[in-house]
Amino acid sequence: MADTITPVGHEPTPEVTHLRHHFATNSQQLDASMLGMWTFLITEVLFFGGMFTAYAIYRFMYPDAFASTSVYMDVILGGTNTAVLICSSLTMALAVRSAQLSKNRNLVVFLILTMIFGSIFLYIKWLEWHAKWVEHLVPGFNFQYHEPQYFHHAQILFFLYFCMTGMHALHMVVGLGLLTFLLVQAIRRVFSAYYFTPVEMIGLYWHFVDIVWIFLFPLLYLIGFRHGNAK
Amino acid sequence: MATLAYGNPEIAAEEVNYLNVEHGWKSWLFTTDHKRIAVLYLISITLMFFVGGLMAVLFRINLLEPQGVFSAETYNRLFSMHGIIMVFFFLVPSIPATLANFLIPIMVGAKDLAFPRINLLSWYLYVAGAFLAIYSVVRGGVDTGWTFYAPYSTTYSNSYVLAAAFGVFVAGFSSILTGLNFIVTVHKMRAPGMTWSRLPLFVWSNYATGLIQVLGTPVLAITLLLLAFERIAHVGIFDPNIGGDPVLFQHLFWFYSHPAVYIMILPGMGVISEIVSCFSRKRIFGYNFVAFSSMAIAVLSFVVWGHHMFITGESMYTSLAFSFLSFMVAVPSAIKVFNWTATMYKGSVSFDTPMLYAFGFIGLFTIGGLTGLFLATLATDVATHGTYFVVAHFHYVMVGGMVMAFMGGLHFWWPKITGRMYPEAWSKFAALIVFIGFNLTFFPQFILGYLGMPRRYHAYPPEFQWLNVLSTAGASILGIGYLIPMVYFIWSLKSGPRVGPNPWGAAGLEWQIQSPPTTFNFDETPEVTEEAYNYGPLEEVVG
Amino acid sequence: MWCKAHLLAQLRLFPEQASAQAAPIDALYWFLTIISTVMTVLIFAAVILFAWKYRRRANAHATQIEGSTKLELTWSIVPFLIMLVMFGWGAQLYFAAQQPPKDAMEIFVTGKQWMWKVQYPDGGREIDELHVPVNRPVKLTMASEDVIHSFSIPAFRVRHDVVPGHYDSLWFTPTKTGRYRLYCTEYCGNQHAGMTGWVDVMDERSYANWASGGGTGGTLAEQGQQLFQQFGCATCHLLDQQGRCPILRGLYNKPVQLENGQTVIANDAYLRESILDPNAKIVAGFEPNVMPNFKGQVTEENVIQLIAFIKSLSPTTPASQQGPQQRPVVAGAKAPAPGTAKSNRPATPRQQ
Repeated sequence: MADTITPVGHEPTPEVTHLRHHFATNSQQLDASMLGMWTFLITEVLFFGGMFTAYAIYRFMYPDAFASTSVYMDVILGGTNTAVLICSSLTMALAVRSAQLSKNRNLVVFLILTMIFGSIFLYIKWLEWHAKWVEHLVPGFNFQYHEPQYFHHAQILFFLYFCMTGMHALHMVVGLGLLTFLLVQAIRRVFSAYYFTPVEMIGLYWHFVDIVWIFLFPLLYLIGFRHGNAK
Repeated sequence: MATLAYGNPEIAAEEVNYLNVEHGWKSWLFTTDHKRIAVLYLISITLMFFVGGLMAVLFRINLLEPQGVFSAETYNRLFSMHGIIMVFFFLVPSIPATLANFLIPIMVGAKDLAFPRINLLSWYLYVAGAFLAIYSVVRGGVDTGWTFYAPYSTTYSNSYVLAAAFGVFVAGFSSILTGLNFIVTVHKMRAPGMTWSRLPLFVWSNYATGLIQVLGTPVLAITLLLLAFERIAHVGIFDPNIGGDPVLFQHLFWFYSHPAVYIMILPGMGVISEIVSCFSRKRIFGYNFVAFSSMAIAVLSFVVWGHHMFITGESMYTSLAFSFLSFMVAVPSAIKVFNWTATMYKGSVSFDTPMLYAFGFIGLFTIGGLTGLFLATLATDVATHGTYFVVAHFHYVMVGGMVMAFMGGLHFWWPKITGRMYPEAWSKFAALIVFIGFNLTFFPQFILGYLGMPRRYHAYPPEFQWLNVLSTAGASILGIGYLIPMVYFIWSLKSGPRVGPNPWGAAGLEWQIQSPPTTFNFDETPEVTEEAYNYGPLEEVVG
Repeated sequence: MWCKAHLLAQLRLFPEQASAQAAPIDALYWFLTIISTVMTVLIFAAVILFAWKYRRRANAHATQIEGSTKLELTWSIVPFLIMLVMFGWGAQLYFAAQQPPKDAMEIFVTGKQWMWKVQYPDGGREIDELHVPVNRPVKLTMASEDVIHSFSIPAFRVRHDVVPGHYDSLWFTPTKTGRYRLYCTEYCGNQHAGMTGWVDVMDERSYANWASGGGTGGTLAEQGQQLFQQFGCATCHLLDQQGRCPILRGLYNKPVQLENGQTVIANDAYLRESILDPNAKIVAGFEPNVMPNFKGQVTEENVIQLIAFIKSLSPTTPASQQGPQQRPVVAGAKAPAPGTAKSNRPATPRQQ
């Protein structure tokens, strides 16, 4: 990080660093924001943790029924989405780097790329949900199941599937909104080596959402492989 | 007992402070000043307290007659909404969002909380949640109890569960944001010289509370969300008809709600530490132990939730572990009580109103805590679970503990918040009335509980009537005890005698700045050079 | 006289002890009460003493004391040791309460908004009334038709939640004849407060008289057998040879090998699940989706009857005497509809 801050010769004014009145120094402000964001991400872990707990319990109770659902999980689309999200994390990391190096044009480009990847993810997610609707797999609305012995327990999995991927997608939508906000500010040249806190914070959030998907993908899409009934 | 000069005639004209620096509703609704937000919170939670209290009065009236005065529907909705409003819209935000919001930045020597705009957002979320809860009341209320147990709440109840659950969900985020703000503020905003071992114990206890809010509340949020989906889609994971498990709901719910019990008591313990040391004019006995016990309570609170399911069919060995851990959490609570008592030893004790509330707290919390042991003990829990014994126990902790501490803290810092004093005689009278009314209301319920009277019954066998009549009589006295301060606090806003910066001669940064403080609290960042509670002889400090 | 007795009953401060469990639990309760009272008195006394002795008028200057690690450890460890006693004592009684004696008389209870339905092994049925003989251990096996209930008899100091989808149980040995209240203590909806009833503890002779009043539909197992015929279970579950479905004779409480490799014990919970959700656990060597789903067609009470029937199929009974045949079964007779009568037998023993 030696080249993060390029010395300009004189101390930047609070206007440049966006130092708010109640902080004494820039580093205090940045530290506070970082700790706040990490604390927030811990609450997010616990938020998703409730659903993962439910998933773990029912998978333990009904392993066969859960494995049987893999027939309907599109590993190709899910895998593509995993790759897309990993790419978006890379571009997000590059965006943060660009902001830290005051390379505003790169920042704008990487933010746009991240948003494009995010949108592709959501589009593919939408295709998958639509397929589930067509295949009558939406619990509570049109649920039917090819293996009647698993009807009830597969329904639990699809309920969790929609809750978990739905909550994840909602976080993606919020993330896209935040990125739009960043983009507008980046175009206005707000960020520089002296002030990039929002880019870094939203970057952390974006990586978190990404990591949630890294857990969701195997737990929802790949559980049938052992049983040889994945698509 | 007036040992200190309350009114200070020398302060005739008002200085510029956070209250008069700006005027108009916009200056309040868009403020990011933690002190103004604390005042907004104070007004909001007081309104909710009286709504919830009114419901309590109504259902206590119902219980005057063994066959009930109102219909079962009405009674069930009254006690459910009483629980929901009092727990989520009064007790959880009570001290953290008001007194701690006001005081933590000042106590650590900062100009504001770390995230002032998030602080304001948290108040708006609270208000939105409160509106949803009130909406569900207006539409006809909820009849699930505050615990929303599945499958009754998901499938069978035909009341306005969704609106109330969503209200709690939204208010939960307000609580998370408050906790997050405190954690970051305590870590990053302390003034030079304000080391962790110099923090007032009020800050310690609210920091511990913040940890619970941040770690527990998200689990409640997702649990309520799953419950709502299940209710909407008529299919889900708690429904036994499709292989789901209603007990999972209880596990998820209590994973938050048991720690939440400590959200509802730890800040009160912090207030009592401040008051006892101020009115004994002594450094708190065993500072490290009191501070550490707050953290111990916060950590242990997350591993005791299973004691709500001793009779719900969890395995014997699970019960054994949760019973043991529940006893463990009693140890740090006991440490606090002993230390407060020991603080008075060789002190110079005065009987001002905040101290009266602190006496009340120590006594009632002791009873509440000790009766908790009956519920942690496996065999006696079986005999008392789901009865009025449990109701009495948690009211001794929540009302006898937290509300007492809230009232004590409000009286203690009222001159700091408003710059004015309340009428001394009336406030002592009210404290006495609250203490008497409280015991009369809830002590008979211990007896009722062991006799077997189940909670949440709108009608009951006639042999329980006389104890219920006692309880209702107590409730009306208690109600008056809460109305009197309401009246004199409002009176004091306009007509109370003005006070100087430190009417109690108390130690702590908040007493070194003017009353009420200016918007940024300190003209320049203070440099802390001494321990907390550095009490010397009184004459030197009263100003 | 009655008035005075009535008044005394009204002023009761402590519940009756009417079961073998009550006295030990009360002993623990008193131990806790005494410890709590002593602690409360000590703390109150210390607070009042210090507050008065060191009041500001008498003691204008406080003496600063930092604290004392020795004291802190003392008042952490001593209460903790006392609490260990509470913990151990409570756990011991709790464990005993979880293990009913083998010879306990079994009665079945079904909770339904807002009543308790009771079924006796001899086929008798009651609502909100439970008759038991004095001095004999009784085990209740409980199920719920809808939401969570909790079955509680304060005079016996017993209570257990009744969670839908599970069997729950509790046991007690009544020691005093008389009528005691029973309650639902888990909030279950509108008429939760109406979900109460009475336990009638009778001496052996009165109980025998009362029991001889008898049900009209045969024993519980016979009622189950009727249902077994009525639902056509017998077409697949042949009693003496392998049909499309497993043989049920001698099945009860025996291990069952499942299709997925697991082994389970064919206890009440397994049988219940297999009736209501046959595909949940497929027996090794059998196809799924053969047996229809009986959820919604049979009530929890019916399931109890069917299980009683399966239990009665002892492996040694010859084929010609299959099932309980002590009383003639009226062909096609329906199981009594639930809730048609508060009770099908007199509440008090018949006069002979």
